[in-house]
Amino acid sequence: MKETDIKTLLYAHFLCIFSVILSVLIPSFFVENFSVLDTHLTWLCVCSLFVTAINLVLYLVSKPNASSKRSSLSHKVTRFLKCCIYFLVSCFIFHVIFVLYGAPLIELVLETFLFAVILSTFTTVPCLCLLGPNLKAWLRVFSKNGVTSIWENSLQITTISSFLGAWLGAFPIPLDWERPWQVWPISCTLGATFGYVAGLVISPLWIYWNRKQLTYKNN
Amino acid sequence: MRLGSGAFAASCVAIEVLGVAIFLRGFFPASVRSSSRTGHQAEPPAPEPLAGANSNWTKLPLPLFSKAVIVLIDALRDDFVFGSKGARYMPFTTYLMGKGPSHSFVAEAKPPTVTMPRIKALMTGSLPGFVDVIRNLNSPALLEDNVIRQAKAAGKRMIFYGDETWLKLFPKHFVEYDGTTSFFVSDYTEVDNNVTRHLEKVLKRGDWDMLILHYLGLDHIGHVSGPDSPLIGHKLREMDSILMKIYTALLTKERETLSPNLLVLCGDHGMSETGSHGAASAEEVRTPLVLISSAFERKPGDIRYPTQVQQTDLAATLAIGLGLPIPKDSIGSLLFPVVERRPMREQLRFLHLNAVQLSRLLQENVPSYEKDPGFEQFMMAERLHGNWVRLHLEEDHSGALFNLGTKVARQYLGALRTLSLALSMHVAQYDVYSMAVGTIIVLEALTLLLLSTPQVLHRRAELEVPLSPAMFSLLFYLMFLILSAIHVVVCTSVESSCYLCSLPWLAAGGVMVLVSALLCVIASALARMVMDSTLPWKSAARPCSGWSEVGLLLLLGTVGHVLSLGASSFVEEEHQTWYFLVNTLCLALSQETCRSYFLKDDSELQHRFHTQPGTVGATCIQQDCVACEAPKAGQAGKGPCPSGALRGHTHWAVLAGPWLVLAFCRLLRSLNHTGVQGAHRPDFGHWLTSSSHKMELSCLAALSLLMIFILVQRECSLMSKVALALGLVGIFCYRAAIGNLLFPWQPANKGISKGILEARFVYVFVLGILFTGTKDLLKSQVIAADFKVTTVGLWELYSGLVLLAALLLRPHNLPVLAFSLLIQTIMTKFIWKPLKHNVAEITVMHYWFGQAFFYFQGNSNNIATIDISAGFVGLDTYMEIPATFLTVFGTYVGPVLWAAHLAHFLSAEASSDSAMDRACFCYVLICSVPVATYIILVTSLRYHLFIWSVFSPKLLYEGMHLLITATLCVLFTATNQASHTRAWMKMNAGK
Ligand SMILES: [Zn+2]
Ligand SMILES: [Zn+2]
Repeated sequence: MKETDIKTLLYAHFLCIFSVILSVLIPSFFVENFSVLDTHLTWLCVCSLFVTAINLVLYLVSKPNASSKRSSLSHKVTRFLKCCIYFLVSCFIFHVIFVLYGAPLIELVLETFLFAVILSTFTTVPCLCLLGPNLKAWLRVFSKNGVTSIWENSLQITTISSFLGAWLGAFPIPLDWERPWQVWPISCTLGATFGYVAGLVISPLWIYWNRKQLTYKNN
Repeated sequence: MRLGSGAFAASCVAIEVLGVAIFLRGFFPASVRSSSRTGHQAEPPAPEPLAGANSNWTKLPLPLFSKAVIVLIDALRDDFVFGSKGARYMPFTTYLMGKGPSHSFVAEAKPPTVTMPRIKALMTGSLPGFVDVIRNLNSPALLEDNVIRQAKAAGKRMIFYGDETWLKLFPKHFVEYDGTTSFFVSDYTEVDNNVTRHLEKVLKRGDWDMLILHYLGLDHIGHVSGPDSPLIGHKLREMDSILMKIYTALLTKERETLSPNLLVLCGDHGMSETGSHGAASAEEVRTPLVLISSAFERKPGDIRYPTQVQQTDLAATLAIGLGLPIPKDSIGSLLFPVVERRPMREQLRFLHLNAVQLSRLLQENVPSYEKDPGFEQFMMAERLHGNWVRLHLEEDHSGALFNLGTKVARQYLGALRTLSLALSMHVAQYDVYSMAVGTIIVLEALTLLLLSTPQVLHRRAELEVPLSPAMFSLLFYLMFLILSAIHVVVCTSVESSCYLCSLPWLAAGGVMVLVSALLCVIASALARMVMDSTLPWKSAARPCSGWSEVGLLLLLGTVGHVLSLGASSFVEEEHQTWYFLVNTLCLALSQETCRSYFLKDDSELQHRFHTQPGTVGATCIQQDCVACEAPKAGQAGKGPCPSGALRGHTHWAVLAGPWLVLAFCRLLRSLNHTGVQGAHRPDFGHWLTSSSHKMELSCLAALSLLMIFILVQRECSLMSKVALALGLVGIFCYRAAIGNLLFPWQPANKGISKGILEARFVYVFVLGILFTGTKDLLKSQVIAADFKVTTVGLWELYSGLVLLAALLLRPHNLPVLAFSLLIQTIMTKFIWKPLKHNVAEITVMHYWFGQAFFYFQGNSNNIATIDISAGFVGLDTYMEIPATFLTVFGTYVGPVLWAAHLAHFLSAEASSDSAMDRACFCYVLICSVPVATYIILVTSLRYHLFIWSVFSPKLLYEGMHLLITATLCVLFTATNQASHTRAWMKMNAGK
């Protein structure tokens, strides 16, 4: 049971990593002079779209909670709208946090906001897919000993590693190397992306190593 | 010997201050200075020996050259001109050196081989030292006597093109200039074209006396692609053609004026095999120095090889060549080949002038100058010179006179060399011995602190310091003997000057005793630890293990900050580190509040709220411990015990607290942009201080003062309240009097005074409040009154300091003070009290906020941002001690106020007496770890490119911070003695 679960998790994560890689490769066929650094904003949009799409597909395929079958169409629509609102709100909250961290208030608004969007994509979207628009559940997952399945466990790990990546990504900004990727917010977005990918890789491995110790309330 | 952990920490930090002082003394050697610096009026030049009796040649000799062109090529290594590269790429220069009228030298630069100190060395003839760092506090302009200033005083017209460092060093000295920045290292054509484009025009004109060109391109090529890049060849060829152009232009000029001109080609430093510079390797130190002039014409077959000289010799030579007085602080000696074609009488006169200047410098800097061999040689040469002059005036033109003349010249040259060497020894490089001893003392104190950390955190307020057994151990005497032997060996063998060796033997012995005693204490502490660990250690296992997230963040953040000090950019932009850490801390706190209020079931929440007042976990180290000791805390029965509606209110305030703090920090951050990258960006502070926004500034200052009053008065006694209010009003009046602010009812411009009266009015209240606070503290200490008296006393001290800070801070920084108080209030009420952090965490948080506020008020790690004006508040004239004190306080307002707040907070909230001791210990630890690490970093980076511009100022800041920490810690411990006394009295009463 557990082994198969972990395998599914691994495949799902591979798909997510694949979507990130695709977002680097595919646009170069359609957009001239595409590169992650030079046309950074385009890449941000594409990457965000791809990752969201893969997450949605995974959600629709796996259908983690069976209860949604019963619910009516209108219920589904409100749920979807709620998710959208949650996503937007999280984008704005991230934006505010970036400004509090010292991002310029007026200049580079678009860049900052797209950074917020991509960070939301890496963190809020999986949460919404897995837990739904349910704040109590979110808080439960992100506190000590609140996890109830390996999916939630991996969600915890990827989210935290995305945040950590974005946080660490801010470190090189004051250095005087004069590299193109030191410009706000490129190092942070790259950091978040690397953090996300690292989380995707690490979480199945970590769960596999610790599968003996992990006991969830449900199983 | 038993010591409270506070007293222990205080003594450790005092020892560290001593160590840092010794280290600094070794790191910044005292530089050789002429004392007759005040007043730049020309002193009469030294007359010829025997002048007055027979000779009347007392004026300065006439200039040898009418025009001088200095071509400084940045990072020109000696083999670029004298080696195979020179022969290949610089054919014209090679021709001039081989057959033309020129003298070539290899000039040795002293480390740091960085552009700015090297330009100073070239133009002043001295070696930049510690005093320069301090003296350049206000302006980067060169204050020492130098050739450029002398030339300007003599009415010479100078033109400069090139690196803008020159324009900063010599503002308003050049009649015409164009500065290029060396900001973009990858640009190596444009920077030089910007210099060369003026050349054509200037060379045609004749209305200048001195032309200085500083080419940066070669240095940039070196940094980007190293000394073997093909680009170097191109650049050298370009430089060669420029030299040819200048040389031919000078020749045509000479034909008109009939007096020789001088062309100087030099480099400021070399470049290493990787293309960088800053250290002391031969490639970086050796630079070419070529003097070209038709006065140096030679006979065919006269082969001149480049001789080795010092870079500092150029200043004296230039001064003599241009008929200027030699710069007072110059330690260089005249390059004799330049004058060897002149008549003998002139030659000797030049040598005499140089020797007199050097011996005067020696007299002013070396106490036992009479015994110096150089000085003796000089006295002898001067006597012979007098004889020669007498014979010369007696019209004796025999060969014997000529022989005597050459003998005198040789004597003078020997004297010059010895004097110059003695002086440059005196300005020795780094005094590694003192540095090492200082580092050892600091590290020993830090090790002692670290070793006792487990004990202190283990709820033991008292520490057993094995001092007396250590003092009598064999190890101690052995160590002392070994160290003394080392000291004697080092001091007798080392040839450069050394601070520790120049100390009287008693003081040096004291230092040795200290070092060996510390070592023995550490050894015995270690031994005891090993013994302890063999005993059943498990029984004392901590009840709660594991770190809270905030605790972990505090630890990692501190470690990360310490590590970041190794990178020059992180030192320059240290404010970013602190803002980042403080922000992250607030987010972590917000997450903690969210979790504790959303997830805990209601019953637990209720429990938390009812036990809220009282302990701040003072009796406990790990946060989880609070739960087990919480019931005890209920007894204090003080504070906002929530019931009913109030509870919900507090609830939301607690949640919003961290976010409010975050928002305030963001506001403050945009008030003053500091650091290197952000300093030039427009910020709110500049907007406020511009004269057109005086009204807004006045309103803001008034609001801030009002807010300060509201926040501070709540715990003051009535007397202090009145004093505080009057003091704050006085501050506004003071700022209005000196013209910073406007009274709303007095828009007309009144005459601006110095505001002495108003400022002294405020000082009276500051002293009054501080006196009341001290009185309370003393009272609580002597008569062992209720411990509330201590708390009140500490608050009064704190409010006195706030008032002083408000007086000293510039008006646009008053919001920083107000917000600091506001954040302290919010944190106290809504975060530290309800969340019950332990003492260590609260101490570290105070430290972090203190550091962030240090930068919020506009400070940086650059010495130029210190607000000197704070030292003149209320003072008529410059008085050194009060001015220094006020400036230091004005600079370190942030850390001092937060530390004062910590003291008050702990005495008000903590139930345990040892809380303050423990906080003191933690504060010392967290301050001394960066200092100790930084000392080691700086020692290993002492040849770094940015050692003078970035790392040394930071070292000064760190040293000052440690001194302030030591002072605060001693005060903390002293006030805490009261609580010890009280506990003791209570115990006695109980019996
Ligand atoms: Zn240079
Ligand atoms: Zn350079």
